[in-house]
Amino acid sequence: MSTFKPKNPVAAWIDHRLPIFTFLNHEMNEYPTPKNLNYFWNFGSLAGVALVTMIVTGILLAMQYTPHVDYAFSSVERIMRDVNSGWLIRYVHMNMASFFFIVVYIHMLRGLYYGSYKEPRELLWQLGVLIFLLMMATAFMGYVLPWGQMSFWGATVITNLFSALPIVGEPIVTWLWGGFSVDNPTLNRFFALHYLLPFIIAAVVVLHIVALHRFGSNNPVGIDMKGPQDSIPFHPYYTLKDAFGLGVFFMAFAVFLFWAPNYMGHPDNYIPADPLSTPAHIVPEWYFLPFYAILRAIPDKLGGVIAMFGAIAILFVLPWLDRSKVRSANYRPLYRFFFWIFAINGIFLGWLGGQPAEEPYVTMSQIATAYYFFHFLILLPFILPRIEKTKPLPASISEAVMGGGNAGQPAQAMEKAE
Amino acid sequence: MADGATPVNSADGENRREFLYLAAGAITAVGAAGVAWPFINSLNPSADVLALASTEVDLSQIEVGQSVTVTWRGKPVFIRHRTEDEIKQAEGDDGAGLVDPQSDESRVIKPEWLVVVGVCTHLGCVPLGQKTGESRGDYGGWFCPCHGSHYDTSGRIRKGPAPLNLLVPEYEFLNDTNVKIG
Repeated sequence: MSTFKPKNPVAAWIDHRLPIFTFLNHEMNEYPTPKNLNYFWNFGSLAGVALVTMIVTGILLAMQYTPHVDYAFSSVERIMRDVNSGWLIRYVHMNMASFFFIVVYIHMLRGLYYGSYKEPRELLWQLGVLIFLLMMATAFMGYVLPWGQMSFWGATVITNLFSALPIVGEPIVTWLWGGFSVDNPTLNRFFALHYLLPFIIAAVVVLHIVALHRFGSNNPVGIDMKGPQDSIPFHPYYTLKDAFGLGVFFMAFAVFLFWAPNYMGHPDNYIPADPLSTPAHIVPEWYFLPFYAILRAIPDKLGGVIAMFGAIAILFVLPWLDRSKVRSANYRPLYRFFFWIFAINGIFLGWLGGQPAEEPYVTMSQIATAYYFFHFLILLPFILPRIEKTKPLPASISEAVMGGGNAGQPAQAMEKAE
Repeated sequence: MADGATPVNSADGENRREFLYLAAGAITAVGAAGVAWPFINSLNPSADVLALASTEVDLSQIEVGQSVTVTWRGKPVFIRHRTEDEIKQAEGDDGAGLVDPQSDESRVIKPEWLVVVGVCTHLGCVPLGQKTGESRGDYGGWFCPCHGSHYDTSGRIRKGPAPLNLLVPEYEFLNDTNVKIG
């Protein structure tokens, strides 16, 4: 255990009774982190910053927004036109939603590539998938709030998914709506839940971090830290690396925020909701498109819904589907190849989700959907374990980084860590 | 290699590092303030609220001795068409021991029209005295029922916990019978 004691006497007095400073020092300062993390390890903290940004801007927007079918659209327009800097706050909220998903998708692909979900980090990964699910629910309900055409028809289509369930389907949909169509009660409960869920996400994020800090971060080599020579303290090394990445992230974000704030949205959502007329081409927000393509690929209502939810559910059991003991794709030549095929297939599915529901896109969606499940259900558990020859792993992270058993460098690092 | 490549003041580059640390911190603080201000300012009254910040009132229907209450910026404004007696009483009390000394003349544009914000300066209740039959307090003006503040016919605090006279809003006469508040 650490011998940390706050220097400030007031802080020391508090820390003796409530060891909050010891805790922070342990988890955010001296916390030993693999010394070979690359920039893909920035995306966890970036996701945290995105969540905080969404909560702060969301609370400010909620102070100006009216959750009523007659006023919702005009209250959003009032935010855009009259509220001081309202346009900025709403555009930050809108675009950060998209950037949140970009960051989380990269974060997940990082986990897939480097095998971060494998033993002993299965629960860490599952909590992440849970966060992803909660994010999708939150984003969907948030998109309904402006009460534009896409809001209304998106809400109608997504809630109708549940009508695919046999027997209980119709009553469940009526219950979700609080009426016989998407209407004022639906809008009110979506607003309540859209405000609630981010705080539940924040709570799950805490669990995610607790699970992370149990064994520490995975790393590009994918082998465990074997001692102080393999790690560096989180502060200042990774706090600064994260801060630098955050600066780059904000620059990319600013490009969209100030020059193309509606690039990732749909113009139809600037038309007030009309329950009597559906837009000609209705698509969800881009981050749902791969799953939307899977939904449409199955020519059966219930089957499509099962496939779409199954595409996410399958991630929960991924730690047991991938049977290779080697974590990092850098030492798994075949998995590395198929990882990229999987990633490209996912982007392809996203593109297909944005196309109209007609040939040849339907057949292409079916092939891509089949490949998505093939990757998880057949390739990982049955084919790769039989045919893949993994490369020899280095003896330690230090050896991998320093290039061979160099005695001088690790010894120096050990001194620093103490 | 690193040691020779960058000229520094002290041998281990401490000055240079400290400068970078301070410069990065300062830029971060400026950036954070630049983001915080629009966020905080969004809670201020917006342009559409400010646009509705004045109220026009037609005085021609108000008889001598009558009072009306109008809404201005969400608050009640008392307009009293004062009688000769009330004006005399108000002017006569200019020299009395006032809590918040102000002459009646300085509180009106035309003596027969008294315009004050109908919010007690103690803790924000609306004083009684606008309607017939309501208590007007010991000085014939207004009486706040919350904590017992008495106002005179010039809206000045005479007795009770309120520290200040009823506020006279900014207003002007557009013509003989129309007044614009705000």
